[in-house]
Amino acid sequence: MAGKKTRKQYWERNLKYLIILLSIWFIVSFGFSILLVDYLDNIRVGGFKLGFWFAHQGSIYVFVILIFVYVYLMNRLDKEFHVEEEERGKP
Amino acid sequence: MDVRAWTFVLVALSFALYIAVAIFARAKSTGEFYVAGGKVPPVLNGMATAADWMSAASFISMAGLISFMGRDGGVYLMGWTGGYVLLALLLAPYLRKFGKYTVPDFIGDRYYSQTARYVAVVCAIFVSFTYVAGQMRGVGIVFSRFLDVQIEIGVMIGMGIVFFYAVLGGMKGITYTQVVQYCVLIFAYLVPAIFISLMMTDQAVPQLGLGSTVNDGTGGFLLDRLDGLSRDLGFHEYTRGSKETLNVFSITAALMVGTAGLPHVIVRFYTVPKVSAARVSAGWALVFIALLYTTAPAVAAFARMNLLSTIPNQPYATAPDWFKNWEKTGLIKFEDKNNDGLITYVGAASELENELTIDRDIMVLANPEIAKLPHWVTGLVAAGGLAAALSTAAGLLLVISTSVAHDLLKKGIRPKISEKGELITARIAAGLAVCVAGYFGIHPPGFVAQVVAFAFGLAASSFFPAIIMGIFSTRMNKYGAISGMIAGIVFTASYIIYFKFLQPGLNTPEHWWWGISPEGIGTLGMMLNFLVAYVVFRFTPPAPRHIQVLVNRIRIPRGAGEAHEISA
Repeated sequence: MAGKKTRKQYWERNLKYLIILLSIWFIVSFGFSILLVDYLDNIRVGGFKLGFWFAHQGSIYVFVILIFVYVYLMNRLDKEFHVEEEERGKP
Repeated sequence: MDVRAWTFVLVALSFALYIAVAIFARAKSTGEFYVAGGKVPPVLNGMATAADWMSAASFISMAGLISFMGRDGGVYLMGWTGGYVLLALLLAPYLRKFGKYTVPDFIGDRYYSQTARYVAVVCAIFVSFTYVAGQMRGVGIVFSRFLDVQIEIGVMIGMGIVFFYAVLGGMKGITYTQVVQYCVLIFAYLVPAIFISLMMTDQAVPQLGLGSTVNDGTGGFLLDRLDGLSRDLGFHEYTRGSKETLNVFSITAALMVGTAGLPHVIVRFYTVPKVSAARVSAGWALVFIALLYTTAPAVAAFARMNLLSTIPNQPYATAPDWFKNWEKTGLIKFEDKNNDGLITYVGAASELENELTIDRDIMVLANPEIAKLPHWVTGLVAAGGLAAALSTAAGLLLVISTSVAHDLLKKGIRPKISEKGELITARIAAGLAVCVAGYFGIHPPGFVAQVVAFAFGLAASSFFPAIIMGIFSTRMNKYGAISGMIAGIVFTASYIIYFKFLQPGLNTPEHWWWGISPEGIGTLGMMLNFLVAYVVFRFTPPAPRHIQVLVNRIRIPRGAGEAHEISA
């Protein structure tokens, strides 16, 4: 790691993560489950039409995964830029 | 033991448990009263948030709503979960770093303005009262249906319980009771769902049962059978939508953004020790919520399937017991229009011939009876419904009491008040709020259901944009934020009031702007807020230097522990 990592860079990386993750959030919920739902319903997975599955189940699973990916990325970023929180002393 | 005895025992046991927990975890300082001292472990905070969030509506009404809406029911499933992604990524970590106690605190400090603080306080109180009235009503309804007590007495019992642990325990007491209440409500929701899934599809996981084949020997997929039955009776197919795409889009967005802007949810993220804990705790909250929210569509489809395959065109004389039982409560109404002794149940196309009206709440409440499950399961559902209603009510009451004691008094008209005085005021405010909520529970202002759209619309069009701009722009000033909030609220409120209260007759798609219903108008209100704020900001001086420094500090996790030290 050459040079001092700045807070500006930290914030820019954070924004980059947000844009990627929120794009997925948008595509799955508003894209797959609402705008493209009739098209995806032509594809069947077991007893589900795919669009219906995304609207009633799939998007919720994706939401959960997105938050945990975000947690992982941000914890890593905090360490890289040395801005993670110090353990608190006495409670 | 019969159903009544089981219900009584399970409800009494769960109440005793809540009281025991509240005594164990009572608050001693304002810090503990407002944010549980900022020491709640993330997983437990996730559980408490889930109970806080999932109300009587999620537990009792949602599966029924989906049951009748089919695919369009996805607006609730996605709307009330997708908001947590926004909350986790855009709000929770920064608000936790900011510290302090409330949403108006953030708005007031960030926009260096008492006016902004008061606008936020009024919104917070209005949104919370709207919500809490519905919860108290829910408590009363569960009592009256399962235990045959009058709704009034049911509401009083509920008030007594909430009064006890909210006033005594503050946020600390509420948090730990909510953890217990989550366990009660999720158990009560999953048990009948698993039973029914096994009975209909041989699949123990309801989420998978929904996509499985029916086990009656015919082999078809459950959802295909349901589509077929719906079509034959003249209903729209279960897996097809019937609403306009733009409207579905707007409602989903308004519910998501509204969820992220609701003060009683946001405040939960002030209770964890660190910024990284706020992030992961939002993740846990959604895991616990998703457990119920992915089960709900399965419950909805199973219940619909049961209903459509056992009731239509059957003789009334031989209708199942549950049908007669729930007829007494008025939730099922049958009128033999053509006097043929058969129950005619058909879709909107031939509405005049339809003889059956069904309250959608029945899909969850009567589920155990419909599926012929043991009596204790019914008792469990009653206890679960109460847990859902009480946990949400307590969280809302806390927001109200904090807004009065902290935002209005301490940060507003009487800054010199001692901590002891503030704590007493907070307790009195919580007590008064319980009474007002109980009053609305007993005498519901006919429009409780209508105003839910209000709560989400207002949260979406006021708080959400103001907080987002406060974090992601260092220069956004008070002029922009205040005018944005006011524009958003006035626009959203006018639209809802016009269609819901002034001209309910015109509340149809052809009169709505761009076909967007009052439930979805918060989305436009939010955009208007952003737009107005930006335009005003362009013509006024940017936020002063010290505010820009504050915003830059909020963006970095390090140092969050100190924010609560002032209160320790």
